[in-house]
Amino acid sequence: MKNSSLPHEVHAQVAGVTRIYPATGHHPPVHALGPIDLELGKGEFFAVVGPSGCGKSTFLEVLAGLQKATAGLVTFEGKAVSGEVADGIGVVFQEDASFPWLTVADNAAFGLRRNGIAEAEVRRRVDDALAFMGLKDFARAYPSQLSGGMRQRVCIARTLVLQPRLILLDEPFGALDAQTRLLMGDEVLNLWRRTGATVLLITHALDEAAMLADRIGAMSARPGRFIDVVKTGWPRERDSTIVAETAFGEITARLWERLRGESLKALGHAAMPAMAAE
Amino acid sequence: MTATRRTTDTLVIVIVMLLVWQALHQVAGSTALPAPLPTMIYLMHAVASPRFAENTTTTALELAYALVLAYAIGLAIGVWMGAHRLSGVVGEPILVALYSLPKITLYPVVLLIFGLGISGKVAFGALHGILPVALLTMGAIRAIPPVYLRSARSLRLSPWQTIATVLLPATLPEIFTGLRIGFTVTLLGVLLGEMFASKSGLGFLIINDMSLAQSEDMVTVAIILFAFAAIANALLLWIEHKLHRRV
Repeated sequence: MKNSSLPHEVHAQVAGVTRIYPATGHHPPVHALGPIDLELGKGEFFAVVGPSGCGKSTFLEVLAGLQKATAGLVTFEGKAVSGEVADGIGVVFQEDASFPWLTVADNAAFGLRRNGIAEAEVRRRVDDALAFMGLKDFARAYPSQLSGGMRQRVCIARTLVLQPRLILLDEPFGALDAQTRLLMGDEVLNLWRRTGATVLLITHALDEAAMLADRIGAMSARPGRFIDVVKTGWPRERDSTIVAETAFGEITARLWERLRGESLKALGHAAMPAMAAE
Repeated sequence: MTATRRTTDTLVIVIVMLLVWQALHQVAGSTALPAPLPTMIYLMHAVASPRFAENTTTTALELAYALVLAYAIGLAIGVWMGAHRLSGVVGEPILVALYSLPKITLYPVVLLIFGLGISGKVAFGALHGILPVALLTMGAIRAIPPVYLRSARSLRLSPWQTIATVLLPATLPEIFTGLRIGFTVTLLGVLLGEMFASKSGLGFLIINDMSLAQSEDMVTVAIILFAFAAIANALLLWIEHKLHRRV
């Protein structure tokens, strides 16, 4: 059942990356992130967990090219990423980013149309993505007629049609209820398997990370650094039923042991010595 | 079904207003408010007269100029203050204060600057329209969810594509509300301008009729203006609802 062999080809690399927000007015500079070193294997599913405000989203934005690193180097497929989203990277955000003035189908087609893809090809890819995300019957609906979970699927479809090779998910299920989140987790696993893309998922839910990822990076309170990287050893064919496995409980417990002190720090409490993770 | 209901509603409103008009006429007397029927008969003749056509043209022209100015300046101020944080912080309270000010108090100043001709009335009309257009445009831009911009960047849109395909459609419904309110108050400003220190336009006609005790003519002009404003507003509201329905 267990299969811990990971792909070895490096797809994206983060080396010594630090992000410091410069001082503004009477606020001192904020050291949000790093230094961070990470290698993402091609086709790997990597999850990042950490207390709120630890710089998880900053990490994702630097990796995506939405923010520049203050120091260090990010590379994707061997090319440096800096201040611009590279072709082949798709991002899904926590907030509802569906455009209310477009139908579901037009939302999904949005990125393709802006990039000058032929309309027949656009339609083919959109039909495919909508069918995959279970949105086929809602192609002509507007986002305001859909639930939060469905809208998030629209955003995933909008990214999917661009056929990204690295998919970055920034707490995409953070605003959804627990049951919907489990089901969306299954969908993300399907998507990951079908596209063969490398996936990086930011989440604050330890169980979600433990259920979905091949490896999980536990991030410290600000400035965010990886204090532990846990290999789950799940087989590639897996779904939300693995929450019943003993290993699932062990992984979740280990993550919590690492992160408890950090979460207390993030809450403003002094970390208890036994829990100081570094 | 809804169309017939709306027609019925409109009919009921018109009948009630005619009844109220008749009642007011009984109380106030013919000098202040002539009865509906004789006024309607008078209206049929009056609208065909050259005097009426001339003054209507004047008002229409002034309104058109004032609207172009109000929309252009209002949109420019609104976009600037919405996009540039510091300008917005400084400018918003000034705009809000100006909006609540009775602008008629500034009319003498406007007249002294722009003169007694058409430009004074155009300027006064535009002065009314600029503020709601600017305030609502600024609000629309500030209310753009930041995630739209991050999405645009992650979908590799150029700055122009971002403006044309994300920012413009995202702000259009609210900006259009500003344009509609701007229309109403610009018309008000132009008519106010014509009522004082003016020798032409429908606003002038109303005041002139009043001093000559030509109450039927006075009410005729009022009815025409009322109908124009109501139809224009209904049309703009209809477009606005179409824009808002999707959001």
